Amino acid sequence: MDFLRPASWEEALAAKAEHPTAVPIAGGTDVMVEINFDRRRPEYLMDLNRVADLYDWEVGEESVRLGASVPYSRIMEHLRAELPGLALASHTVASPQIRNRGGVGGNLGTASPAGDAHPALLAAGAEVEAESVRGARRIPIDDFYTGVKRNALAPDELIRAVHIKKADGPQQYSKVGTRNAMVIAVCAFGLALHPGTRTVRTGIGSAAPTPVRARTAEEFLRAALDEGGFWDNGKIIPPSVARRFADLCAAACNPIDDVRGTADYRRHAVGVMARRTLAWTWESYRGPGRVTEGAA
Amino acid sequence: MRPSEPSAASGQGGAPLGVPTKITQGSGTRGGIGESTLRPDGILKVTGEFAYSSDLWHEDMLWGQILRSPVAHAEIVSIDTGEALAVPGVYAVMTYDDLPADVKHYGLEIQDTPVLAHGRVRHHGEPVAIVAADHPETARRAAAKIEVAYRELPVVTDEASALAPDAVLVHEDRTDHHSHHVPHPNIVHRQPIVRGDVAGARRRADVIVEGEYTFGMQDQAFLGPESGLAVPEEDGGVHLYIATQWLHSDLRQIAPVLGLPEDKVRMTLAGVGGAFGGREDLSMQIHACLLALRTGRPVKIVYNRFESFFGHVHRHPAKLRYEHGATRDGRLTHVKCRIVLDGGAYASASPAVVGNASSLGIGPYVVDDVDIEAVALYTNNPPCGAMRGFGAVQACFAYEAQMDKLAKELGLDPVEFRQLNAMEQGTVMPTGQRVDSPAPVAELLRRVKAMPMPPERQWESSEGADVRQLPGGLSNTTHGEGVVRGVGYAVGIKNVGFSEGFDDYSTARVRMEVAGGEPVVTVHTAMAEVGQGGVTVHAQIARTELGVTRVTIHPADTRVGSAGSTSASRQTYVTGGAVRHACALVREKVLELGRRRFGSYHPAWATAELLLEGGKVVTDDGEALADLVDVLGDEAVEAEEEWRHRPTEPFDPRTGQGDGHVQYSFAAHRAVVEVDTELGLVKVVELACAQDVGKALNPLSVVGQIQGGTAQGLGMAVMEEILVDPRTAKVRNPSFTDYLIPTILDTPTIPVDVLELADGHAPYGLRGVGEAPTLSSTPAVLAAIRDATGLELNRTPVRPEHLTGTA
Repeated sequence: MDFLRPASWEEALAAKAEHPTAVPIAGGTDVMVEINFDRRRPEYLMDLNRVADLYDWEVGEESVRLGASVPYSRIMEHLRAELPGLALASHTVASPQIRNRGGVGGNLGTASPAGDAHPALLAAGAEVEAESVRGARRIPIDDFYTGVKRNALAPDELIRAVHIKKADGPQQYSKVGTRNAMVIAVCAFGLALHPGTRTVRTGIGSAAPTPVRARTAEEFLRAALDEGGFWDNGKIIPPSVARRFADLCAAACNPIDDVRGTADYRRHAVGVMARRTLAWTWESYRGPGRVTEGAA
Repeated sequence: MRPSEPSAASGQGGAPLGVPTKITQGSGTRGGIGESTLRPDGILKVTGEFAYSSDLWHEDMLWGQILRSPVAHAEIVSIDTGEALAVPGVYAVMTYDDLPADVKHYGLEIQDTPVLAHGRVRHHGEPVAIVAADHPETARRAAAKIEVAYRELPVVTDEASALAPDAVLVHEDRTDHHSHHVPHPNIVHRQPIVRGDVAGARRRADVIVEGEYTFGMQDQAFLGPESGLAVPEEDGGVHLYIATQWLHSDLRQIAPVLGLPEDKVRMTLAGVGGAFGGREDLSMQIHACLLALRTGRPVKIVYNRFESFFGHVHRHPAKLRYEHGATRDGRLTHVKCRIVLDGGAYASASPAVVGNASSLGIGPYVVDDVDIEAVALYTNNPPCGAMRGFGAVQACFAYEAQMDKLAKELGLDPVEFRQLNAMEQGTVMPTGQRVDSPAPVAELLRRVKAMPMPPERQWESSEGADVRQLPGGLSNTTHGEGVVRGVGYAVGIKNVGFSEGFDDYSTARVRMEVAGGEPVVTVHTAMAEVGQGGVTVHAQIARTELGVTRVTIHPADTRVGSAGSTSASRQTYVTGGAVRHACALVREKVLELGRRRFGSYHPAWATAELLLEGGKVVTDDGEALADLVDVLGDEAVEAEEEWRHRPTEPFDPRTGQGDGHVQYSFAAHRAVVEVDTELGLVKVVELACAQDVGKALNPLSVVGQIQGGTAQGLGMAVMEEILVDPRTAKVRNPSFTDYLIPTILDTPTIPVDVLELADGHAPYGLRGVGEAPTLSSTPAVLAAIRDATGLELNRTPVRPEHLTGTA
């Protein structure tokens, strides 16, 4: 196994073009586990730790450009207001040590359905900034996940950053694990209200071959909120609507039975999380500053 | 360069830092028994500086690697080591055919485990070949190049497949001492315990409840994976530095396989990163020695976590079927039970686990009419053996569920119902053994119930819900929705020490001399310090007995006689007893020396009861006769002797009658849980424990043991389980990614109430502490979850699926 250590982004792109099988590594919290377990043995490992600008972020007008290697602990600390869903998701990642090392770029590169960031990115709306010696492009998050641990990157491309829409309304993130901390998701759910466009977006993790949105549920809720004038009158969403939304989210799952949980449980739990996160976000939307406690 | 000496583990003693919590024995010597002196290795461990066995190093050492079976049951058609041997840097590849002696098997009680597989593998991960190379990665890659052709065989995975008419025999041609009395060769051992007249008692019962329970496979999940270093010696022998629970038991099994007399196999304890029973069996010991002797080079073997899951035995999973009867006024009439333990491919500690499960199978209750049967199976599942509280843990989960069921049926409070039937001193066990020391079962329940309850809705704060206090924790799954509190109680009984007629002794060598102008005591035993605190307690005993502050614990090795196993809650009792005994011998010798030298100066030398206190010889009135420094001069006084607790008897193979146990220990728990009933997630809010320890030699260590055992029981209740595929008998989750153990966020506050009712048969009246809290913790949590959810829950661990009907 050869170890590549590009000193700059340009060198990294050149190395990736020369060795398309090279596996990029930054925090190493995913790649090293795979290597240690002998699940993969890449021909080349490309260390991106010397590419300093991957650790930077910029808060723009519409979105945040988040460098691929910005650790989760930084997101929790500095981007809570702009990216509340992702900040909540970051909280659920492993342990403090791993949150200090791991970043969203790694989650996207691995594209595991269990990656904690994905539901938050899907719900917020995001674009992945990919680049190769051939040039840069932005891949909408909805098109990014193409299969189990597969993504839309070309073999010579690297992830430079992800552009995430700044929150224009409340966002929530929930994850089920069989332990109260440091646990891989049995399933996860992200929800973002977008009052600007009067839409809602969702993200489901670990309950399908890829991270997915519950599009039917989103459309149902958009229509129901519109119809009832809820965005304007701020009324409590009727339980029947919340239930239907939850059922449609559960129906968007295509889970499997595995050592972490059954398919039936995953479907069930996604429904419960959808209902609860809807209640929490809607409660925030109706009255800023209200406590979310007991909102369901 | 010498290998790192495990001096860190055994400690330099040093001044005791703990504040004395009580004055005992009128001892004038600080740091004696009853004080919470601190562990000599504590700071090193929490700062990461402690040298574990995996840190051992020898400059010209090789690295050993084991090739393990990828399937659970297969015939080995061929093994080709040619390609592996051709890898540059490889020094040796060995298979069964390369074993040097006639003895090729080992085992704790039944020598049924092949050192390397011979013609057949019986479980997933069984060692097939070993490699030594100059780099661990080279060894690993070479092992992968060994070509083994397997022809898979049908797997035996449970009682039905083990006892089916056409069942494959896991071990053919058994000749072990249990083989004659078992009903089927796939049963390792069977122990019935029959007492009284169950049929008659059954007729008196107003209420009968039945239950079938399933107990999952738990792992010890110790911190330090199996590791050690074997160094060949000039005389043709070998010196093994090893993390183990019992040096001499290892030695007895290792030497014959190497074809060496025991005195040519020297063993020194290396830093042990936890054990919990998982180091009672051999792991890499023989493999490292074989490779060292073959290559003439020191060989180190370190398992990684993945391999560790295959490298040691686990806790027996069990199916337990119970019938309990009671009269309307709440008196137990009878208990019938059948406990089926899955021992996996090799016997390990299965016979003893059966003995405990059966003899302790009805719990700490008075029942005159019982019909108990426990069996352990041979299957192709992973081998199971010792783990903290074995046998008693599985039974406690089931009988405590039954007690709750009965109480509910009778409309009685579950604690009062237990108290009504609680055993006490004088109670006769199902084995016919009369309990002849305090058995404060009702009192422990009373105490644990009387503790203040944790406040309701602790998660509420002015800024909303504190998710860390809620089920799901930081995963942010509830802000209070669906959360219901439940409370549950359980109590258990565990035996202390080795039972059933085993000659369970310890050896201690104690030496007193003057060094640096003051008296110094050295305590040398072969006790394995695995974290239990023997190094602390044995020094305390020496201080109390010999009145000397400076006590050094010598590194544990085989240059002194056996200290028995660090298991069965026995080391403070038995090796502690041996240390006390050796100290008494030393004291006599010191006084003899004193009489010779100073006897003529003071009549009290001849007439008074003399003690050693504060570095002096004193009369029982407290008058100082001489300084130990002067008594000893330049002489060293030493004593070494074996010490035994009172003997036990085997259980009758048909009736289970016999005074089989040395001592019993008791703990009770109250669990308070909050369950997210919609998502099936559990937060254990508090696990209160009351335990009788006879005498707390080190109160801080006692509380630590109780809290540790409680946490391990909690893990078994809500998350810890090795999942084995029932079709292939392969392990599905051999990693800490998917075998979950409690984090600090899962571990509740654990208030502990320590009761000290002396057992007159034991040194200082003490009672073994380590295991009892592991028993009742699990059923208490289960009872609390049942209380919160109203569900029956007849298996542990409970998973979210079981609480949401989605299993």
